[in-house]
Amino acid sequence: MDSTLIAHLVVIGFTFFMLLNSAAVLVLMERKVAAFVQQRLGPNRVGPWGAMQPLADIIKLVMKEELRPKGADTFLFYLAPILCAVAAFAAFSVVPFGADTDFFGLLDAPIKLVAADVNVGVLALFAITSMGVYGIVLAGWASNSKYSLLGGLRSSAQMISYELSFALSLASVVMLAGSLSLNDIVNAQSGYWFGFIPKWYIFLQPIGFFIFMTAAVAETNRAPFDFPEAEQELVAGYHTEYSSMTFALFFMAEYIAMATMSAVAVNLFLGGWHGPFLPTWLGWIWFLAKVFLLLFFYIWMRWTLPRYRYDHLMEFGWKWLLPAATINLLVTAGVVLWMGW
Amino acid sequence: MDALFFWIFAVIMIVSSVLVVGQRNPMYSVLLLIVSFAALSGLYVLLNAPFMAVLQIIVYAGAIMVLFLFVVMLLNVSSEEQEGNDKKPRFVIGPGPRRFGAVLAVVLAVQLIWALRTIAEAPFADDGSVPTTVRDIGLRLFREYAFAFEATSILILVAMVGAVILARKER
Amino acid sequence: MLPEPTLNTYLALSAVLFSIGTAGVFLRRNLITVLLSVEVMLNAVNLTFVAVDRFRGTVDGQIIAFFVITVAAAEAAVGLAIVIALFRHRETLNPDAFTTLKW
Repeated sequence: MDSTLIAHLVVIGFTFFMLLNSAAVLVLMERKVAAFVQQRLGPNRVGPWGAMQPLADIIKLVMKEELRPKGADTFLFYLAPILCAVAAFAAFSVVPFGADTDFFGLLDAPIKLVAADVNVGVLALFAITSMGVYGIVLAGWASNSKYSLLGGLRSSAQMISYELSFALSLASVVMLAGSLSLNDIVNAQSGYWFGFIPKWYIFLQPIGFFIFMTAAVAETNRAPFDFPEAEQELVAGYHTEYSSMTFALFFMAEYIAMATMSAVAVNLFLGGWHGPFLPTWLGWIWFLAKVFLLLFFYIWMRWTLPRYRYDHLMEFGWKWLLPAATINLLVTAGVVLWMGW
Repeated sequence: MDALFFWIFAVIMIVSSVLVVGQRNPMYSVLLLIVSFAALSGLYVLLNAPFMAVLQIIVYAGAIMVLFLFVVMLLNVSSEEQEGNDKKPRFVIGPGPRRFGAVLAVVLAVQLIWALRTIAEAPFADDGSVPTTVRDIGLRLFREYAFAFEATSILILVAMVGAVILARKER
Repeated sequence: MLPEPTLNTYLALSAVLFSIGTAGVFLRRNLITVLLSVEVMLNAVNLTFVAVDRFRGTVDGQIIAFFVITVAAAEAAVGLAIVIALFRHRETLNPDAFTTLKW
C-alpha cells in the first residue's frame, strides 16, 4: 500500500464526493437563478439564502412512496435510472480538475488530479456518454405506457443525433492539441500570446465551442432542447412512472451530466485550470470558477429561451449543426497542415 | 492480476453469449449482448489495444445495439408468440432439425478446438509491449489501408440509403 | 494461481464464442436473435484478430477488426430494415413464416 495508491484512491473518492455535492448545489443554483431571472426570490426559508433547500428536497424525495406500474418489467424498470446515473458519474472519471501535484511533498512523484488517467481520455468520455442513452430508452420501455415509450424514443433519438456533432467538435480540438488525453489538451493551452491573451482553444475554435455547447445542451436534454421532457409535462414522459429515489437518480444524473459537460468544455476550450494571478497548485480554483460560469450559462439559457419543437430540433441537429461541425473539422485540418502545427 | 481479469472477462463473455442465444425475451438478449461487448472491450484493453476497446463501446455497444433496441421496441414482439406456434410442416421446425442444428454447432466447436490443439504453445512475448497508440493506427489506416477506408465510407452510404428504402412504408 | 492466458487460450475462447453464435443462427426462431447471433460470431472473429495482433506485435489486425466493426454496422442496419419490412408484411418474426416463395 504505497502512498501513490492511497493518493489515487483519495482522488477518486474526492471526485465522487464532489460530484454528489455538485448535484445538490446545482439543485439550489437552478432554483435561485431561475427565481432571479423571473424577478422573484426563490427558496429562502430553509437556512440562510435557502442553502439547506437541497437537503429538504432530498429528505422529501426519500420519504415518498416507491411506485411501480403493474405491467412494468421489474428488472428493466429499476435498471434504467441506475444506468443513467452510472453513465453520468463514470463520464467524469476521465476529466482532470487540477495541475499535477505531489501534495506538498507528501508523495515521491507528482500524480495527476484525475480519477482515471487514460491515454484515450476523450474517446472514453464519448463512449461513456453514449451509454447514457440506454437508461432513457429502457426507462421509456419499462414503464409499459405508450407515452413513456414515445418520449423515451424521441429523447434517445435526439441524443444520438447530437452525438455526431459532439464528436466532430471534439475531433477538431484533438487535432489542434495532438493528443487524446485531456491532461495533454489542457497543458497545450498554457501560456499567453502577446503576453495577455491566454492560449485557450476558444480563441482558435469559436465555432467549435458553439457547436460543442449546443451539442452538449442537446445531449443532456436541457432547454432549449428539452422537448422530450417538457412536452410531456402535459402528457407523460420517460420518467413519469418513476417516483422517490428512482426519480431522484434520474434528475441527479441530469445535473451531473450537465456538470460533466461543463467540465469537459472548460478543459477543451477554456484552458482548464490555467489562469492569471494564482500559482499552479491553486489552479483548481480557476477550474471551479470556469465550470460554474458555464453552469450558470446553462441555467440562464433554460429560463430565457423557448424550447424547440421536436422536428425543428432534429432538423437543426442534422441539417445545420452536423455540416457546420464537418466544415469546422475540415478547416481546422487545413489550417493545422498549412501552419505546420 | 492480468490473468484474473482475463478469466473474469472470458467467463462473463461466454455466459452472456450463451444467454443471448438461449434466452426467450429479445429485449434481454440485446442487453446481454451489450454486457458481452463490455467484457470484450475489457479483453481488448488486456491485449494492449485501448483504441479498439473504446471503439467497440462507441460503435458497437453505443450505436448498433441502440439500433437493435429500437427495432425490438418498435416491433414489440412479446416473448411467447415468437417460438413455434405455427401450423408448418414438421420437417421445418420440429425437434429433428433443431437437434441436428445443435449437433452441428457442437461439431463445429469440437473441430475448432481440435484444430487449435495442433499448433504449438504460443505465450505472449513479455517484451514490455506498450499499448497501441492512436497514432500508429492512424498512420497505418491512412497509408496502407487508405483505399479500404474510402471504400468503407461508400459502403456505409449505400447501407444508409438501402436501409431507408427497405424500411419505408409501401404506398 | 490462475493460468496465464496465452494466444492459444484466446483462440480457444474465440472458437467457443463462434460456435455459440453459430448455434444461435441454427437454433433460434426469431429473426432478431438470429441477427444478434451473427454479431456474436463477428465479435469472436474480432477477438481472434486482436489477439494475434498482440502476439505478433503488428497493428494490422486491429485495422482489420476496425473494418469488421464498420461492415457489421452497415450489415446490421440493412438487416434490421429487412426485418422491419418482413414484419410489416407477415406480422411475425419467425423465419419459418417466410419459407414459401410468394411474397
